[in-house]
Amino acid sequence: MNCRSEVLEVSVEGRQVDEAMLALLHTILLHRSTGKFHYKKEGTYSIGTVGTQDVDCDFIDFTFVRVSSDELDRVIRKAVAEFKDALGNSGSDGMGQISLEFYQKKKSRWPFSDECIPWEVWSIKVNVVNLANEQERQICREKVGEKLGEKVINIVEVINRHEYLPKMPTQSEVDNVFDTSLKDVQPYLYKITFQITDSLGTSVSTTMRRLIKDTLAL
Amino acid sequence: MDSDLSPQDKKDLDKFIKFFALKTVQVIVQARLGEKISTCSSSSPTGSDWFNLAIKDIPEVTHEAKKALAGQLPGIGRSMCVEISLKTSEGDSMELETWCLEMNEKCDKDIKVSYTVYNRLSLLLKSLLAITRVTPAYKLSRKQGHDYVILYRIYFGDVQLTGLGEGFQTVRVGIVGTPIGTITLSCAYRTNLALMSSRAPGEDEGGTYAGIEDSQEVCTTSFSTSPPSQLYSSRLSYQTPGLGTVDVCHPTACTAAAHPHQMVVPGKEGGVPQVPAQPTHGTAAEHGRIPSCPTGQSPQPAPPTSCSSEVKTVSPSDALETTFTRKVGAFVNKATTQNFQQPLLQSSVSHDASDNNVTTTSLDLPFAAFAPRAYDLEENDPMVHPPPSPAPSSPLQGSLHSNSSTHSVGQPQDDFVMVDFKPAFSKDDLLPMDLGTFYREFQNPPQLASLSIDVSAQSMAEDLDSLPEKLAIYEKNIDEFDAFVDTLQ
Repeated sequence: MNCRSEVLEVSVEGRQVDEAMLALLHTILLHRSTGKFHYKKEGTYSIGTVGTQDVDCDFIDFTFVRVSSDELDRVIRKAVAEFKDALGNSGSDGMGQISLEFYQKKKSRWPFSDECIPWEVWSIKVNVVNLANEQERQICREKVGEKLGEKVINIVEVINRHEYLPKMPTQSEVDNVFDTSLKDVQPYLYKITFQITDSLGTSVSTTMRRLIKDTLAL
Repeated sequence: MDSDLSPQDKKDLDKFIKFFALKTVQVIVQARLGEKISTCSSSSPTGSDWFNLAIKDIPEVTHEAKKALAGQLPGIGRSMCVEISLKTSEGDSMELETWCLEMNEKCDKDIKVSYTVYNRLSLLLKSLLAITRVTPAYKLSRKQGHDYVILYRIYFGDVQLTGLGEGFQTVRVGIVGTPIGTITLSCAYRTNLALMSSRAPGEDEGGTYAGIEDSQEVCTTSFSTSPPSQLYSSRLSYQTPGLGTVDVCHPTACTAAAHPHQMVVPGKEGGVPQVPAQPTHGTAAEHGRIPSCPTGQSPQPAPPTSCSSEVKTVSPSDALETTFTRKVGAFVNKATTQNFQQPLLQSSVSHDASDNNVTTTSLDLPFAAFAPRAYDLEENDPMVHPPPSPAPSSPLQGSLHSNSSTHSVGQPQDDFVMVDFKPAFSKDDLLPMDLGTFYREFQNPPQLASLSIDVSAQSMAEDLDSLPEKLAIYEKNIDEFDAFVDTLQ
C-alpha cells in the first residue's frame, strides 16, 4: 500500500526544541495508541483503558495532551534528547528533521528478515533560531505556542480522514502491528529517526541515526 | 435507511452516540476548569470506560448534559452544543466558544457499527482532548479565578454562533460516518478577545460599547432564544461564597479556587486556604498594608481587601496562637527610656498607666495632643512579649501598646497580625515614635472639629444667629487685634 506521509514544519528557539518535539510526537502517538489488548478464547479481545494527561511547556505558551504512560514518555524523551544533541553538535545552521514512522511487520521466510512496511510517516522539520534578547524570547514563546496549536490541528485533521489503518490483528499477529512491550498502552509499531541537515541544505547527512523500537532489534 | 441496520446495531449505535455526547461534554467542560487533567491508563479493562479512554465523569456535568438532551440523541437537525463563556467579577460576560456535535445526512452504510464506528468515536474523543487545549479559551480558563470565571452552558437544537462576535474561527475536530448519518464535531471560537477590557460582550472591536445593563440585556437575549431545554449556566470555579455547588462535585475546582489571592471568607466549604497567622511575614511591603486597615473599628472576621492574603486567619481561636516578633530595621536605635501614656482612645482598657510618667503632650511634637498612640519601651513591647490572653475589645492599635505582660491591650484582631515595623535608618530621638508608627497614626487623623458632622448638622440659621454675638466679642477685643496687626507690619 502507499505510505501516507505528512510533513510539519516549525521554527523554534534552541531551548524550545525538546518541548516542541515532545508536543507533536505525543499528540500523534495519542491518536496512534490503544489500550492493551487482552485476547480471549474465541478470538475476541478486550481493550484496556488509555489515560491522558496534560503537560505544560516551560519554554512555550502551550499545553499538550499525552497518553498516561511514563514508559512511553521516557522513550520519546530519549529520542528527542538525542535529536537535540545531534542538532547542537552538528555545527549546521540548526536545521533538522525528526521522523515518526508507523509500520507493519511482514513475516518473511527464512533466511530473509521480516519486512518493515511503513504505512504512515510524520516528518517534523525543525529550524532552530537564535534570539537576541528577552523580549524576543517572550514573543517567541507565544508565537511558537500558536504555531504548535496549528500543527496539532493539522495532525488531527489528517488523522480524522480515517485513511488506512492496519487491520486489527489476531493474537498471533499482534506483534506485527502493535508495540506490545509497554505495560499500560499499546501504540502501533513505530520508529523514530532523525536527520540533521548540513549547511549545504542536503537532507541526508553523515549523522543519520536510527532508533529501532520494535521487538526484533537486530 | 434504518432497515439496513440490524436492531442490535441500531441499539448499539444509539448507545454509542449517547455516551459519546456525554463524554464530549465532560472533556470540554473539564478542559475549561482551569487545571491540568490527568487520568491513569489501565491495562486491564474495567468495562466502564467508554471508548477505552479514561475520562472522569463529573456528576453535575452529566446531569446537565442529560437534562439538555432530555432523552433525545444528537441527530440530523438536532445538534448538541456546549457554549463556553467568560464572566468577569463585575458581572459582564462574553461568549468565548461553542462546541457543536452535529449530524448530517451523509450515511456510510457499509461501516461496522460495533467496531469501526466505536474506534473512530474513540479517536474523535482523543482529538477533542488535543484540540480543547489549543483554542484561545484554554489559556483564559487556566488563568481564571480572581478577575473572571469560565462558565458553560449546554443546549440542544439549533446552533447559535451570534454571540461570538465577528470574525470567529471554526476548527473541525473530526467526523465519523455511521449508517444513520455522519457525526461531526467542531468548535467555533471568538478571535477577538481584546473585548475583555472594554467588557462589551457580543460586540466586535469598533462596535458600540454596551453598558453593563445593556450587556446583561444582550446576554439575556441570546439565552432566551435557546431551545426548549432549560437555560442553565453553572460556574466551573467559584469566586464568591454562596455559589458552591460546582465545587462540591469536583474537587479540582475547589483547589483551583484556593488560590492565595482570592478573597475567601473563612468557613467557606471546599478550599479555604487555611493560612495560620504568620507574623514573621512582617515584611516591609506587608506591613505597609496593615495600617490601611480601618482603625477604631470593631474586629471583623473578614479582613478588607487591602489586608488580604498573608494576614488572613481562619478562626478566632487562631488569635491566641499568634506570636509577635519585632523586626528591627538596620541602623535603628532602640527606643529611649521615655514612657508614654496610653493612647487616648484606650479608655476602655485599664492598665497600670500610672507607671507612665510622661505624656505625649509634653513632647515637642506638633499636634501631639492628637496623637492617638503612645509608645512603649521594648520590655513592654507586646511584639516581644506576647500578651498571654486577649484583653477586652479595643481598637486595632491597642495591640501595640500593652503596658505589661499581665494585661494584654486590646484583643488583637483575630485576623490581623500586628508586626511592628522599624524602617531602616530611622532614629528614635525626640520621640520614640518611629516612622512607620508615625505614618500609621497620622494616616487616619481625627477629623477636624469644624468639619465634623455634628457641626454641619447645625442649620445655617443658627450660624447666622450666633453671628451678632461673635461680632460683639470681636468689637470688644478690637484693641488686641490692632496690636496684632501692628506687629505684623
